[in-house]
Amino acid sequence: MKGQHKQSFLAGLWKENPLLISLLGMCPALAVTKSLEAAFGMGILFSIVLICSNVLVSLLRKVIPEEVRTPCYIVIIAAFVTLTKMFTEAFLPELYSTLGVFLSLLVVNCVILGRSEAFASKNGVFDSFLDGVGNGIGFTLAICIIAFVREVLGTGRLTFGTTFTFIGDANGGNPFIIPILKGEGYDASFSVFSTPVGGFLVLGIVLAIMMAITNAKANKKKVDERLAKAKAKAEAAAKAAEKGEAK
Amino acid sequence: MSYLAAFVLAIISYSLINNVVLSRFYGICSFIGVGNKIKSAASMGIAVSFVIIMASLICYPIYHFILVPAGVAFLDTITFILVIASLVQVVGLFIKKFSPSLYRALGIYLPLITTNCAVLGVVSENTMSNLDFGMSMANAIGTSIGFLGVIIVYACIRERLESSNVPNAFKGVPIALITAAIMAMAFLGLSGMVG
Repeated sequence: MKGQHKQSFLAGLWKENPLLISLLGMCPALAVTKSLEAAFGMGILFSIVLICSNVLVSLLRKVIPEEVRTPCYIVIIAAFVTLTKMFTEAFLPELYSTLGVFLSLLVVNCVILGRSEAFASKNGVFDSFLDGVGNGIGFTLAICIIAFVREVLGTGRLTFGTTFTFIGDANGGNPFIIPILKGEGYDASFSVFSTPVGGFLVLGIVLAIMMAITNAKANKKKVDERLAKAKAKAEAAAKAAEKGEAK
Repeated sequence: MSYLAAFVLAIISYSLINNVVLSRFYGICSFIGVGNKIKSAASMGIAVSFVIIMASLICYPIYHFILVPAGVAFLDTITFILVIASLVQVVGLFIKKFSPSLYRALGIYLPLITTNCAVLGVVSENTMSNLDFGMSMANAIGTSIGFLGVIIVYACIRERLESSNVPNAFKGVPIALITAAIMAMAFLGLSGMVG
């Protein structure tokens, strides 16, 4: 993989993560993170719409007039959202009813519109595709982290098979449950994390941790620079002293 | 219960109990983005409320008298977003003509309303849960009141927060989200008020 391609793929994953660094797309990150399954489903559908719209916008970037580009992007995204909605309703009806209105709201998702505007309208098709994949995976990871914390703290266990029913079917018709904080005879879960309050709280704390990491990195860089400067100065002084002695 | 009583109860429920921002999570971006100055928060709130009510008023007949009879109900999202985008343009032109001072106050927030999920969210919710015209309007009015009230209260808190000593990592958006969490906790106390 060439450097530029790698760059467009990796940027969205971590360094410019749409949710954790750019702080975009907070509505779905709060609304569908009550359970890990629903968040994962949302992440997959989000990625599909993002990749498709990125590719099409990039293909049409020389055709779409500059003045009306935003309405054009919205129509392209809305078309893909409609298709995704119909597929989900047909094949994963439980996921469709869990996500509800938030599937339609992908149309006005700032991440998808933002990538069309900032990346796909200026770059080639392959790069836009990679950018879509990178940002899609980055967003999915971010909302899965939040959903994991909320589901474990809120219900005390991880449940698989209520949204993706095929997992339940494989398990003999029952959802697959991993007890963590709640089991026989003990219950250490906080139901407040399943309410909207938990969404705001967990997202706020996760963002604060990200900010602390970024701050620490910036501080370290500053200290390193200062150390390097001091070292260079000391060396120069030593050299000057040597010269003086030689004279 | 008479229809009028149900209408009033629905407005209370949509504005306080199922608050648009704090429990339905619509319009978080604008909430966090402009909620740090009372004046801009109020302008944004008024503009969004106006568009929500107008959009519900227009989208209801379009969905029930054009899309459904024509058998293309699956085109709802794409139609609604076009209606909302053109509505925002028209509203902008009207305000510019009749009240230039309000237009200046709203400024850049006007075009941003198209991508505010509260507008599309309310309209999609109305069609998804098959609400009738009265209940759709109750949803729109309740949501508007809820959005306006919460964004102004939130802006007041944020203005006070600016002069307080917040840990470095929490500065900016994280503390804003924690503030919203505490507000949501207060609103949790209202659940169960309307049966």
